[in-house]
Amino acid sequence: MFANMTHALDFHAKALVLRAERQRVIASNIANADTPGYAGRDINFKDAMAAATGAGASTLPLSTSAPSSGATHRNHIALQAATASMGASGLAYTSQTQPSMDGNSVDMDRERANFVDNSVRYEATLRFINGQSKTILSAIQGQ
Amino acid sequence: MSMFSIFNVSGSAVSAQSQRLNVVASNLANADAVAGPDGQGYKSRQVVFETVPMGSDASSGVRVNAIRESTEPLKRVHNPSHPSADADGYVTQSNVNPVEEMVNMISASRSYQNNVEVMNTAKTLLLKTLQMGQ
Repeated sequence: MFANMTHALDFHAKALVLRAERQRVIASNIANADTPGYAGRDINFKDAMAAATGAGASTLPLSTSAPSSGATHRNHIALQAATASMGASGLAYTSQTQPSMDGNSVDMDRERANFVDNSVRYEATLRFINGQSKTILSAIQGQ
Repeated sequence: MSMFSIFNVSGSAVSAQSQRLNVVASNLANADAVAGPDGQGYKSRQVVFETVPMGSDASSGVRVNAIRESTEPLKRVHNPSHPSADADGYVTQSNVNPVEEMVNMISASRSYQNNVEVMNTAKTLLLKTLQMGQ
């Protein structure tokens, strides 16, 4: 019965870990913004979350019939490059938006936007956890 | 805690950028330096960055791999009255291009600021995580 109570908390805990991971990846991109030949990396949060929660068992409809390569229709042909660049760790490589001579694929504007977006979502997840733990505590105390 | 490694990653970047800023400072300081009696003037220097893996697959820091000297020819200015002028009246000066160095300086300073901001955000998030459940 207690497992039922903390089930939703478990989901947010996994999301928090993934958000922290993504924050670290974006920090690496920003650190290497001037390194020649560096290929920026990023996490596909949707896929990573589906993998962490075990696709079918998630409380949200994370896995749809669409393939994971960004296609929105079942008749779309899966992109070889998009699927092949995903490593075993769930990390993908970013592409160059404005090609540069040194081969660096970090777009500083995109990385900053991603960084801020990710930190806001991290805080949101934290608030969900805080709110839910408060709810459980007040249920336990019965006051 | 995986977020603690952000401080290592951004810290390495901040230190690499400050080394770049140091090199720019010495280039600018020697912009008008005149070659010594051996004819070897100051040659402009540039840092070369390199990615360095930090622990896991996801985090990669940066370090200065090498400091290279520019291969451009030294500047020769016609100034016969200068004490260091050669037989033809030319003075050999460093090959530093001050405009390039100023651009380099601004770029290094912006990158430095970006990484400091990343560290500040990571600190705020970690502090909020510590207060979880209170």
